[in-house]
Amino acid sequence: MNRIALKMLMGDRGKYFGIVMGLTFASLIMTQQPAIFVGLMTRTFSFISDVGLPDIWVMDAKVQFVDDIKPLQDTELYRVRGISGVEWAMPMYKGLLKARLTDGTFQTCNVVGLDDTTLIGGPPVMLAGRIEDLRRSDGIIVDIDALKEKLAKPSGTPNGKPIQLQIGDSLELNDHRAIIVGIAKVTRTFQSQPVIYTTYSRAKSYAPKERKLLSFVLVKAKPQQNLTELSQRIRKNTGLAAYTQQEFMDLTYQYFMKNTGIPINFGISVLLGFIVGAAIAGQTFYNFTLENIRQFGVLKAMGTSNWTLLRMILLQAILVGLIGYGMGVGLTAWFGYAMRNTILAFRFPWQLLVFSGAGVSLICMFAALLSIVKVIRLEPAIVFKG
Amino acid sequence: MSAIAVHCQNLVKIYATGNQKVTALNGINLDIAQGELMMLVGPSGCGKTTLISVIAGILDQDDGVCELFGQNILKMRSAEKLKFRAQNIGFVFQAFNLLPALNAMENVSVPLIINGVRRQTAERQAAAVLEQVGLGERRKSLPAELSGGQQQRVAIARALVHSPRLIVCDEPTSALDHESGRNVMTLLKDVALHKDRTLVIVTHDARIFEFADRMAKMDDGHIVNVSGSKPLHEAL
Ligand SMILES: Nc1ncnc2c1ncn2[C@@H]1O[C@H](COP(=O)(O)OP(=O)(O)O)[C@@H](O)[C@H]1O
Ligand SMILES: [Mg+2]
Repeated sequence: MNRIALKMLMGDRGKYFGIVMGLTFASLIMTQQPAIFVGLMTRTFSFISDVGLPDIWVMDAKVQFVDDIKPLQDTELYRVRGISGVEWAMPMYKGLLKARLTDGTFQTCNVVGLDDTTLIGGPPVMLAGRIEDLRRSDGIIVDIDALKEKLAKPSGTPNGKPIQLQIGDSLELNDHRAIIVGIAKVTRTFQSQPVIYTTYSRAKSYAPKERKLLSFVLVKAKPQQNLTELSQRIRKNTGLAAYTQQEFMDLTYQYFMKNTGIPINFGISVLLGFIVGAAIAGQTFYNFTLENIRQFGVLKAMGTSNWTLLRMILLQAILVGLIGYGMGVGLTAWFGYAMRNTILAFRFPWQLLVFSGAGVSLICMFAALLSIVKVIRLEPAIVFKG
Repeated sequence: MSAIAVHCQNLVKIYATGNQKVTALNGINLDIAQGELMMLVGPSGCGKTTLISVIAGILDQDDGVCELFGQNILKMRSAEKLKFRAQNIGFVFQAFNLLPALNAMENVSVPLIINGVRRQTAERQAAAVLEQVGLGERRKSLPAELSGGQQQRVAIARALVHSPRLIVCDEPTSALDHESGRNVMTLLKDVALHKDRTLVIVTHDARIFEFADRMAKMDDGHIVNVSGSKPLHEAL
């Protein structure tokens, strides 16, 4: 009977297509939208994971997320260095500064100032130049995406491509000259602003004159030092906040979850995908059953049990579900692949497969249930009706 | 000497739609012998279809007794009833009711598959029966590729393949031209009917009355008279 069920399903090409399309759509939306969501949320803390090396980030107690800079006095650095269990502690400046481009326009950039001697917290990948080149006068390292896009020089001709800045080219940061000495690859951040690395002292000279300019103190714990204990100790001794790298990432992520419309927007997309997919697939599947109701009636009259008919319908639903799910997930993967070098945020952890799989299963179960109820209630005597 | 295949006594069936009640069967008394071809005739709406539905065990009467081969279907549990139908009854419909996605051979094998026969065996038997109805060559054809007469012959093969003891046919020739109708009737009479198999055929197609062993005339939920070449006592 299973073979008959499958033949019945495939026999009705139009409906079969409709059901599979509906499910494909639903599974695409339910996978792709969350993938973008996860991608975006990952970007909120990508700066922290890019810095990598330090175990603990120390900052003002009121900081809510990584871009929420509340500067400290430079003396805090020495206080942290004095705490037992600290292997080393380095200053970091992080702030938004305006860069003046050659055509006179301004671009806000994320400027990161690294400890002058160790240069700890530098970019994860260097594409050209070396981090040490920051020690050259006015040296800055700029991320490649910024060079290609936001910081690119407009071309001379009207429709020409913008010209990418090169090592040796200069920018103006707050009226100070800065010379590109290196090109880095950084993970895109949420705001996708150009990222410029320089030394801590030079960053201070670029930044508007203020009493406090220290954004973070980056701490490496001594070997075998328990990180939770150490961050507690730092908090107690300084009155500042101290988070492990993971805690700081979570803090940032939670901030975006709670304080932006992003989760709800994506939630709505996913829900809509689910509802529209369920409506299309559910309805087409139910219609398919209705259209074949006489065939089910004939099978019933000839002695097929409700149990067997139920299995036939479930099999039909499972088949279209699997195909639709496979196509939706495949399209999502393809989408992610096609978009891999663009600004689009996209992440496809395996949990998403489970998520959309559950969604598609729910839709199929719903569709099958309607049909099953219909067929079980069916009176076999309809077979003689005209 | 053959036995009674179908025994109907005081059969009553009332359809209730909303607050309207239609008495489709109003005390039917009818016995059909094994191995005979019984035709049910009468004007449209007189209850013919309702009667064979009850006889075939796909509709429950409201009152009276209907026994098939001495068994009261109404008293059976639903699983038993299904098994009884699957083994003992073949169906032929006015609209053929073949499964459009299955080819002729697959369609014919369905009753065997319902009875738990393995697919290969079922299809082999189905092909043999298709030979018998003259469609051996067309066993791979889909219903849509066959003429109405051919489809009805496939349907007859399907009604036969599991060697049921009773075949019920509702207006089997109404959708066919005269020639195909006669072919179908010849087939039913020559191939389907034999001493262990009873045919009950509902029709109002006067051109095929001659194929009947006996004919029960119905009107308004009653059997008005039973006539035929062989009266029941002779048939028995
Ligand atoms: N499912 C049903 N619900 C309500 N009335 C029905 C139903 N089936 C048949 N009837 C009515 O019962 C009567 C007998 O119908 P039927 O057995 O189909 O007659 P026939 O086959 O002789 O034309 C008709 O009046 C018909 O309208
Ligand atoms: Mg009728």
